[in-house]
Amino acid sequence: MPPRIQIISILICIFLLAYVFELVRRRYLNEEYSVTWLVTGVMMLVLSISDELLQYISNLVGATLYTSTLFFFGMLFLVVICLHFSIRISALTNQVRTLTQDIGILYQERESLRKEIAKSKNESETSGVENL
Amino acid sequence: MRADLKIIRSETAAPPQQEESLVGRIPTEKLLIIIPAYNEADRIGAVLDDIQREAPKIPILVINDGSRDATAEVARQHGAEVITLPYNNGYGVALQTGFRYALQQGVTVAVSMDADGQHDAREIPRLIHEIQKGGIDVVVGSRFLNSKTYRPSPLRRMGMLLFGLLATVCTGRRVTDPTSGFQALRGRALRLAASDLYPPDYPDADFLILLHKCGITVREVPVKMRPSPDNKSMHGGSKSVYYVFKMLLSIFVVLLRQKPERF
Repeated sequence: MPPRIQIISILICIFLLAYVFELVRRRYLNEEYSVTWLVTGVMMLVLSISDELLQYISNLVGATLYTSTLFFFGMLFLVVICLHFSIRISALTNQVRTLTQDIGILYQERESLRKEIAKSKNESETSGVENL
Repeated sequence: MRADLKIIRSETAAPPQQEESLVGRIPTEKLLIIIPAYNEADRIGAVLDDIQREAPKIPILVINDGSRDATAEVARQHGAEVITLPYNNGYGVALQTGFRYALQQGVTVAVSMDADGQHDAREIPRLIHEIQKGGIDVVVGSRFLNSKTYRPSPLRRMGMLLFGLLATVCTGRRVTDPTSGFQALRGRALRLAASDLYPPDYPDADFLILLHKCGITVREVPVKMRPSPDNKSMHGGSKSVYYVFKMLLSIFVVLLRQKPERF
């Protein structure tokens, strides 16, 4: 692999890893979501540093250019990350839906309870007047 | 405060039982009519009046699906309980809210209707009567069974035919109107509709197939339906392509899935 692209790739990977760590440290990113990014960063870093591994994998997948192997795996990791997010979004959508329904039902119950309390207060007041 | 609450408890505990015997044919039956509504302030009043005339004493629950108009106020004025969802969720989610509420309230038979006046309130007693015959947990009011009056647009008709045909093939029973929102549910079907297995956006042929997989019997009865007033459909325009695709996928995965163990 040409040394220039290798250096750029390594720098990008190190930057990505450092940035993800910093985001987690500042609590902008949950640990849960940082894992896929960290794995991706480390994998890409290993591929960028180790010429032998990159050669071996390029031969394995039949890539003629080492850089395309790098791009290929970069893309692959992104696809996995996107899929992971779609799964998370689906779960969140379902949770939000249930919460929305529960909120609607709870509001309704609160209103009907309020009405009943007002009614019983009225009744106890009027019965109190009658007793007098 | 404690004393107050106690008074309420004892007061509320007694009256419903009296009402129940008036409401259902069977004394233990507790009925509820569920109407999902989105921006239907102009029409829902008439719909509720119709229901109260044709099926008196059955409590009505309107799910106000994040309407921007006065749907909730109008519904309350016309004697319905109203659940307001904080934003628009779509037909299926609103309807399911009603089913979940029904289960929590110990309702035994829930009837779902549309808010736009398409469904004729005179058919409600028929649906309820049919489901009370026993052995069936879902009764669907079909526009097409023994009827020539309802004429949807050719494209819509084609979609309905396709999904009706798919549902017929998959369930082994004739399904003519899988999109009908005019249904009565009870027992296991009601619990299934309130569970997370219920298809959330538009319950259609996929729900009927799911019911069949769970061994729940569905029966269609012919009902008269008026054409939707301004021909406003839930699945119109460019969304219909997405809808057909989504429904095919939904049916496919319902068929692939194992029978849910809980039901």
